Amino acid sequence: MTPTHHLHTLDVQGLRISLPGTARPVLDGVDLHVGAGETVALVGESGSGKTLTSRSALNLLPPGAVVEGAVRVRGEDVLTMNADQLRALSTGTVSMIFQDPRAALNPLRRIGDFLVESVTLTGSMSRADATARAVELLRAVGLDESALRKYPGQVSGGMLQRVMIAAALMGDPALVLADEPTTALDVTTQAEVIALLAELRARFGTGLLFVTHDLDLAAAISDRVYVMYAGRIAESGPAEALFARPRHPYTAALLASTPRLEAPQGRLAAIDGQPPDLRQELVGCPFAARCHLATEICGRQAPEPRPAPGSPHHQAACHHSDRLEGSPVDAR
Amino acid sequence: MTAVLTRRPGLSKLRTGRSPLHLICLGLVALVTAAALLAPWLVPYDPNAVDLANALAAPSPEHLLGVDAAGRDTFSRLLLGARTSLLGPLGVVVFSTVAGVAVGMAAGWRGGWLDSVLSRSTELVFAFPGMLLAILIISIHGEGLLAPVVALSIAYLPYVSRLTRSLVLAERERPYVSAYQVQGHSALQICLRHVLPNIAPVVLAQSTINFGYALMDLAGLSFLGLGVPALTPDWGRMVFDGQAAIQHGYPLSAILPCVFIVLTVVAFNVVGERWADRVARRTP
Amino acid sequence: MAATLLAASFVVFGAMYLAPGSPASFLLSGRSASPEALAAINAQYHLDDPFFVRYLSWLGDIVQGDFGRSITYRTDVSRLLADRLPTTLLLVLMALVVVAVLGLVLGWIAAVRGGRTDSAVLVGTTLAVGTPSFVAAVLLQGLFAVNLGWFPSSGSGEGFLDRVWHLTLPAIALALYLIGMLARVTRSAMTDALDSEHVTVARSRGVPERQVIRRHVFRNSLGTVLTTGGLIVSTLLVCTILVETAFSIGGVGQLLELSTTTKDFPTVQAISLIIVALFMAVNLIVDLVLPLVDPRITLGTRSSSA
Repeated sequence: MTPTHHLHTLDVQGLRISLPGTARPVLDGVDLHVGAGETVALVGESGSGKTLTSRSALNLLPPGAVVEGAVRVRGEDVLTMNADQLRALSTGTVSMIFQDPRAALNPLRRIGDFLVESVTLTGSMSRADATARAVELLRAVGLDESALRKYPGQVSGGMLQRVMIAAALMGDPALVLADEPTTALDVTTQAEVIALLAELRARFGTGLLFVTHDLDLAAAISDRVYVMYAGRIAESGPAEALFARPRHPYTAALLASTPRLEAPQGRLAAIDGQPPDLRQELVGCPFAARCHLATEICGRQAPEPRPAPGSPHHQAACHHSDRLEGSPVDAR
Repeated sequence: MTAVLTRRPGLSKLRTGRSPLHLICLGLVALVTAAALLAPWLVPYDPNAVDLANALAAPSPEHLLGVDAAGRDTFSRLLLGARTSLLGPLGVVVFSTVAGVAVGMAAGWRGGWLDSVLSRSTELVFAFPGMLLAILIISIHGEGLLAPVVALSIAYLPYVSRLTRSLVLAERERPYVSAYQVQGHSALQICLRHVLPNIAPVVLAQSTINFGYALMDLAGLSFLGLGVPALTPDWGRMVFDGQAAIQHGYPLSAILPCVFIVLTVVAFNVVGERWADRVARRTP
Repeated sequence: MAATLLAASFVVFGAMYLAPGSPASFLLSGRSASPEALAAINAQYHLDDPFFVRYLSWLGDIVQGDFGRSITYRTDVSRLLADRLPTTLLLVLMALVVVAVLGLVLGWIAAVRGGRTDSAVLVGTTLAVGTPSFVAAVLLQGLFAVNLGWFPSSGSGEGFLDRVWHLTLPAIALALYLIGMLARVTRSAMTDALDSEHVTVARSRGVPERQVIRRHVFRNSLGTVLTTGGLIVSTLLVCTILVETAFSIGGVGQLLELSTTTKDFPTVQAISLIIVALFMAVNLIVDLVLPLVDPRITLGTRSSSA
């Protein structure tokens, strides 16, 4: 076995994806990595490209997409894999938890069928072994084996998302992609599912890429955070540092627009304006039009990610990072 | 909008797009209609004039499409046949649309016992295929165009009334209706002046599709000798008359009416479905 | 369901009272009204009794398999039917197999392949649903029986294989319209299923494409396809009247045509009732099978209108 410890579980480099009928790339030079057993949150508004980024790890791209860059899973480029290699990847190494479990499971097939189908149909596990593992995982997510015989319509949404999580762990993956796994659930179930994810990650040692638009959720679960805006990484870094001292005005504005209990009473600050339109070309910093720090250079030149002083892993793509100071609420 | 056009299932999903097929079909509908309207002035021969010496003759300058086994000019019979072949379905469509809209509107607007009685009887009519109902009535009233047209109108009525009912149910929920009610307009006024024009395109698209099927059913009855009287030129009847000639190796007088039937039905179907498709997409 | 069937029988029975004149003269309709014949009619329809008694005793006879006597053939209608039913059932069964196989396969490949295949199937099915079965019958007969001589042009043959050979062209003519209809139903149901999220999920989990189509797309469209079953069977039965007449096949369809032209009302009544009952029986079976196919449907949730 060659040493693999230096390889990231997921390593996205310079990913640029263009779709037909758009004037600018949907993803524009995304760099992102997830280390072995690490939890990474990918935060952004809808349309920022976060779902596409996560799906690229399984080469699940929309038809007609033009792709540049590399997406490596344990050192192997996913984008150049053939169908068989991709199938092996998606039954074993990488799995995905989808947003709406109600839509993700075929309503006409039993839950047990759903759990075992990917590993048995590809021949990577016998039916008996697969069923045994399914029962084990159902217990791990707090369900019992009676769920195997049930149809998706017979259980609650929260239970279905647990089934989804168990299904994602069937192939003993190195990386789990969770695409807003809690948005379709009610608040109490959300907390349970998040706790469960954190627990399972520790127990099975999988890497987790957690896609969300919810900053608090990202802070609660992740080691590192990437903030995406208009197809680019705006800011990335360790969760605490990024939330305590944001170095990108977009992150700061996002934090300011999130209601929180401990914060001083006051108006919530919504971000003015709209994210840039996909039908228009983008010059300079994508956030410039909505940014109160923007100067002439922002409209002219796209900022490169630069590390924060004394914290090389905390990077922000902003010309004016140094002008952002103090608490995130004051940033506006 | 939950109302789905259903004459026979599966047809509402046809996407013809901006295809040449649709334009060709539109042209065909226009052509056949024009032929039916202008037939008496266009035909070169009396459709029943018998010229036995020329029986089964091939196309020639005198007889453009040949002569049938009884010595009658095929071209003349085809043109005049368009009249009977289109008039029957027209009757079916007009009657089933008017009655179906009235029934469906009453059921949808009033609801309650009226609705359940009407939906029960709809179920009953669905159990009788149109052809069967027509045959049942013909076996009592005898042959002729009227009995089958009435029978098919009854058989097609539920398709229209069910569609109308679901459209009216959706329409009744819209705010403008209660606005008019508050202003003291009567239910009948609101239905006729506001609801009817709103649902008309969908219903008429459905009726266009029904036209093709009514033509198919009526031609079938004529083929059996149960539709139009024997001497009246009619496409279905011409297929029957020509069948014997086919056996003797003269297929033209049977194949031509076959082609006309298929083309006309297809043309009406495609035009109707395309229309239905467009109105379905326009209403949210 | 039972209520609809009862209502249908009432319509079939009551229809003869729509005829002008007395029922007896309508039923005999110009034939020599010998006292013997009149007595037979009176006995069969209990014409001396009140209307509802007549209806109930007629219905009672039918439940016991007694469809009365044919006026034209002067035999029991049930015997006439028994002689002709095997041919018609074989014809309908052959057509049903053709419809099921070709309809499902064409709909499947149109939905899965898309593009040019889809367009070709679309044009083909558009033509098929625009072709009445008698037109198909006459054209197939002209081409394959008269011109090429591959198949017999009429009759129903002796012995099983000969029968199948005789009934091949009629079965295709009977099936053509319904192949087009079923292919369209299958195509649109499968296209809908292909768009669902769980299909993307199955693919993302590495389930092989063939299995995705079979287990998640075709399987999910099966319910929609099944609900057309009643319509398919009743359309096949009714269209036998055209196809059997075109091919001179001595089946129930031809009997219906003959008895309609000769105003042999008891026979028309019997055949109509059988067709309606079969339509309902197939719908009942579909209703019973549907919950097995789709666990979201429990017995009785689907209204029996189809």
